[in-house]
Amino acid sequence: MSLYSPSSPHFHADNSVTQVMLKVLVALVPGIALYVVFFGFGIIFNILLAVITALGCEAIMLKLRKRPVLPFLYDGSALVTAVLLAISIPSIAPWWIIFIGVAFAIVIAKHLYGGLGYNPFNPAMVGYAMLLISYPKEMTNWALTISNTNNYLGPWDSLLVFLKDKHGFDGISGATPLDYLKTQLNLDMTIAEAMQHSSFGLLGGSGFEWISLAFLAGGIWLIKQKIINWHIPVSFLASLFIIALIFYFIDSDRYASPVFHIISGASILGAFFIATDPVSAATTVRGRIIYGAGIGVLIYVIRTWGGYPDAVAFAVLLMNMCAPTIDYYTKPKPYGH
Amino acid sequence: MINKLFDFIGGVQIPYYKEMSTQDSIGSVALPSQLILPLSQHIGAAAEPIVTVGQAVLKGEEIAKATGYVSAPLHAPTSGTITDIGDYPLPHPSGMRAPCIILTPDGENQWMPLQPHSHDYQTLDPSTLRNIVRGAGIVGLGGAGFPTFIKHNPGPNGHVETLILNGAECEPYITCDDALMRERPEQILAGLKIIKHALNAKRCIIAIEDNKPKAIECLRSALMIYPIENTEVIAIPTIYPAGSEKQLIYTVTGKQVPKDGLPINIGVVCQNAGTCAAVHLAIEKGQPLVSRVVTVSGDVGKPRNVDVPIGMPIDELIQQCGGITGSLRRLIIGGPMMGFAMHQLEIPIVKTSNCVLVDAGNAEHLKPRDEVMPCIRCGSCAEVCPVSLLPQQLYWYSKDLDLEKAQSHYLFDCIECGCCDYVCPSQIPLVQYYRHAKAEIWKRERETQKSDAARERHEFRLFRIEREKEEKAARHKQKKAALKTNAVAANATDSEPSKKHNDPKQAAILAAMERVKAKKLESQIAPKNTDNLTPAQRKTIEEIDKNRKERNNKDTPET
Ligand code: SF4
Ligand code: SF4
Repeated sequence: MSLYSPSSPHFHADNSVTQVMLKVLVALVPGIALYVVFFGFGIIFNILLAVITALGCEAIMLKLRKRPVLPFLYDGSALVTAVLLAISIPSIAPWWIIFIGVAFAIVIAKHLYGGLGYNPFNPAMVGYAMLLISYPKEMTNWALTISNTNNYLGPWDSLLVFLKDKHGFDGISGATPLDYLKTQLNLDMTIAEAMQHSSFGLLGGSGFEWISLAFLAGGIWLIKQKIINWHIPVSFLASLFIIALIFYFIDSDRYASPVFHIISGASILGAFFIATDPVSAATTVRGRIIYGAGIGVLIYVIRTWGGYPDAVAFAVLLMNMCAPTIDYYTKPKPYGH
Repeated sequence: MINKLFDFIGGVQIPYYKEMSTQDSIGSVALPSQLILPLSQHIGAAAEPIVTVGQAVLKGEEIAKATGYVSAPLHAPTSGTITDIGDYPLPHPSGMRAPCIILTPDGENQWMPLQPHSHDYQTLDPSTLRNIVRGAGIVGLGGAGFPTFIKHNPGPNGHVETLILNGAECEPYITCDDALMRERPEQILAGLKIIKHALNAKRCIIAIEDNKPKAIECLRSALMIYPIENTEVIAIPTIYPAGSEKQLIYTVTGKQVPKDGLPINIGVVCQNAGTCAAVHLAIEKGQPLVSRVVTVSGDVGKPRNVDVPIGMPIDELIQQCGGITGSLRRLIIGGPMMGFAMHQLEIPIVKTSNCVLVDAGNAEHLKPRDEVMPCIRCGSCAEVCPVSLLPQQLYWYSKDLDLEKAQSHYLFDCIECGCCDYVCPSQIPLVQYYRHAKAEIWKRERETQKSDAARERHEFRLFRIEREKEEKAARHKQKKAALKTNAVAANATDSEPSKKHNDPKQAAILAAMERVKAKKLESQIAPKNTDNLTPAQRKTIEEIDKNRKERNNKDTPET
């Protein structure tokens, strides 16, 4: 008789990659719900299309690469990439934008680098960066919030926009607050003047601030669930806050307030959901703090002096490149050394 | 006395399932039809039989003697007849067979005459105490099985700072120390007192995880009745692996055992609760180590702790604990985190077996691994590693057999605690990769030893040929010169030319030896954490170490 005798440990926590990914998706739900409230149903169609595209591409690539299809489809990583990309794209973007972005993310950024676990760059952000460079117009046209327009897009209207482009729906779209601010500053207006515009809410962009808070709640839940840890989000937001504060003190007419930087754009989403993508981030504790701080600084630099209004994608991608080096130099000292 | 505990880095909260086996008090078992007594139940050289087949022995009689310093003798766990000496399967993960003495009990359980040192041990000097412990065949009962007497040496200072009684017992399911602490605290304290005396220890700390409040209470009240100077029971936080020696030392003293060092280097000695009780029995009752408390748990009818004679076949032991409930899938000796899965049931309990864990598929956390996914570099493993390693990096290097990188990422500092493996969402068998890489390094090391030796021989041969040539030429020249100068050189002493002639030769030899030595030092690696190895592996390592030492000695040039 010979028994089953694997190597120790014989105990395993009840967790899996699928669970990790599903929890990330659950944490995104409140933010997405508020998105629908403020910007209409467009985002739902975007997410659906993104998910279908992602799963389709994933399955095809797994087949081509002769990998088992089901376990990898089931791991949920493609879902997370799809949803993150879909909510980063304007909700009234035409359907083919989503399709191209997601397909690029899964096929090129993920599978051509070796699939789950091997991709040095965050696939969703690679897809986003590609879209932003190739289709700047579609990528910067955001829906206005209900407070700015009476044209709140219900499910049916959203579907029309989604399918047919946005003809006939003029007046529903505009620039994001970050984008608008940048244009106005270039026209030599002060921050205070620019902020008079109705697309600004109490702290950041109206609507955006609530969505950011919802993502913040989701992120804190993820930390509680031990899916992510605090190092990256905290160092990311802290460094963004501090550098914004310094410039705000230097000239508050030309530089937006730190609170504005934190609460608008994709700062919160980026800090908790994008920069923390395990595969492409730094993994040591000190490394994560450096990595997060680096992203925060880069975001500020790109937003303030760069050519793009929001910068989470580029900042994350730039730091992805540094992650292996950061890890190498931040190896912890083992016990007894 | 202790006002601060130190939290070690990492560790995991795991389910314990300890209540299962602590419902009843420590039970006893009926003697089996035969006892299987392996000659190697400890770290070090195997014992050598001093009995013959057919010989009758009494309980406690020595049946195999220690060979060498790091070794332990073996005693008859009951009275009976030796019925065989031969190879039997061992409780070993490889399923290997090795020499065992088979004892058939006569049912009398008759002790041999004992020589207790009831209360005069205070007058015995430490080396006598060490010899009694050594003669009693006591080894660390916590798992590794290092001969205990070696630890009872206070070292050059003549004293140790802290003696720690390790009552943490951090592995799930195992409760044998817990049971001992609750039911026989006076034995543990008596043993502790003796060890403290032998070590001349300044203070003594009894460290128990705070998930064992009863054990803490029992030891505290026993300490009131049998006081020991400068001794304290402390509750330490429950987190796996709090009972791992190095982590425990840090928790209690805030000091880290230096790499390549031993606890004694920082003035600390750790002892397991069961070992303390065994020391008490050996000194004050004169009884050698012939039985131990074992936890039988998991999918058995009556999980419990039992006092088991060494050599008891595990299948019979399980039968006496209610049998297996369900169909057996896995038999683990030790705990689920660091224990070893066995190939069969027909193996004996040995001195180091603290737990028999039966898995018949009913326990949630013991289920086999799900599909292994690629590493997603989530870093969970690094967070829980109590040694602060980067398990995911180690995994890449071990998997690719990039052994140099694995070692520069401190592969040999890994204590194989399994924390990283436990939390990994991709369910990667990380520890298995580390073990494999370690084994591979030892294997390659052995191969380089061989080829090094061959190369050395070759280099020396070349060197010798070259030297002989030079010498010949030199002699030739000298002859010529001698002929030329003729009688002029006559007043020079005989020894002088030979000395002059000797110097460059010796220098050349020395230089060649230096080169070889330097080359060898480059290729030297020091494997550590050599617990839980197969005897074959241990032998390999010992051989390598011996060779190294020999060569180092040889390399020191004699002038
Ligand atoms: S826990 Fe597993 S998946 Fe996560 S980094 Fe470690 S080895 Fe990779
Ligand atoms: S098994 Fe080794 S690498 Fe893994 S947590 Fe334990 S010590 Fe660290």
